[in-house]
Amino acid sequence: MTATQHVKLTINGQAVEADIEPRLLLVHFIREVAGLTGTHIGCDTTSCGACTVLVDGVPAKSCTLLAVQADGAAVATVEGLEQGGVLHPVQEGFFQEHGLQCGFCTPGMMMTATALLARTPNPSEAEIRQAISGNLCRCTGYVNIVKSIQYAARKMQGAEEVPVAASASMGAEVRSA
Amino acid sequence: MIPDKFEYAAPSSLPEVFDLLRQRDGEAKVLAGGQSLIPLMKFRLAAPALLVDLRKVPHLEVLQERNGSLVIGAMVREARLDASNLIRTRYPGIHDATGVVADPLVRNFATLGGNLAHADPANDHPAMMVALRAQVVAAGPSGQRTLSIDDFLVDTLENALASDEVLTEIHVPQPAPRSGSAYVKLERKVGDYAIAAVGVQLALDGGTCTQAGIGLTNVGPKAIRASAAETFLVGTPVTEESIREAARLASEAADPTSDLRGPAEYKRAMVRTLTARALRQAYQRATGGEVR
Repeated sequence: MTATQHVKLTINGQAVEADIEPRLLLVHFIREVAGLTGTHIGCDTTSCGACTVLVDGVPAKSCTLLAVQADGAAVATVEGLEQGGVLHPVQEGFFQEHGLQCGFCTPGMMMTATALLARTPNPSEAEIRQAISGNLCRCTGYVNIVKSIQYAARKMQGAEEVPVAASASMGAEVRSA
Repeated sequence: MIPDKFEYAAPSSLPEVFDLLRQRDGEAKVLAGGQSLIPLMKFRLAAPALLVDLRKVPHLEVLQERNGSLVIGAMVREARLDASNLIRTRYPGIHDATGVVADPLVRNFATLGGNLAHADPANDHPAMMVALRAQVVAAGPSGQRTLSIDDFLVDTLENALASDEVLTEIHVPQPAPRSGSAYVKLERKVGDYAIAAVGVQLALDGGTCTQAGIGLTNVGPKAIRASAAETFLVGTPVTEESIREAARLASEAADPTSDLRGPAEYKRAMVRTLTARALRQAYQRATGGEVR
């Protein structure tokens, strides 16, 4: 045993390795070692879920995991959702259904939603609310977050036509506000 | 918040774990899912010199019935219990308790073994395990021993493990034919610790109770066995009247303190209500019918 540990993992498919102190939390590894600041630190006490990332596909509060516990794992963060300039259906859902206001909880909320839809492609509203019960939002009242995830579920099953008009009108509302 | 400095090891066998624990006699902590220990370390309420991570130790993920017991390995995560058909159908009280531990994200890493070894009276599994009369297997350099859950839970955040021992398995007796279990929790919001919660198990012969287990969460320094209520129920027909009396006796066994979750008298009253609800639920699961 030494004062530092060598850790090697992938984040969004990219290998990241470093010699770190064992006390480094996974969220700090992601933000400070890998430089990916999309993952937020909210409460820092395992309550709010803003720091949620996927560890081998499983959503976890990265403020409550040590980076050494994720050694060898495949980590996914919000930065990995968009592919080639195209929003992930979950991101598109949050955009179309106005699933965020301040946006602080959104990265964690979207990672939890992504894991839910991978496991349960067509979740009921109750299943969605249960899945996100470890992610706190203080703005939306959750209604539009649920709608956003339902939108993503439809989109991922190929049922959703991209509602261009809706997206345009939402942009107009934002501009006039 | 950042934990104090510590060294870390993830050995790949139990003998290596024992060696490390012995070398640091009392200065090392065992890490399972970390969902209780890491927050404690971040608050610097715990500052072990060494963390010994069990994640590479084999054979700690067993979840099956064997020789009359349900065997749950120390590294079985709450999410796996949550999704287990075996647990849902045969051990509904464990299923109930699992579903109210923290939140789904925490349950993805938290383990049942850690939940018990942490010995927090506010944790949900200890009281359910008291009701089910579970046993805990402690392994150490000179072999393994089996402790009753009552002996394993010593005091607040204190278990009976020696400094070079590790909890490796939890054994829950298989349910009798006409039996049922339930865990009922009152919480302020999702993810919070219980204001109070009650785990029960009932076995019946006809309408008469042949076995009773009642454990109380977060109303004392450790999970409390409501012995007087258990003794009262055994040999008694399970009726609304006997349930009410058992619930009254259980509330007398509670030893709550007033805190941000409410005054002691309120918590004691809630133990009475929750015990009655849990007993009705367990009876319903045992018989398929309602208590009369």
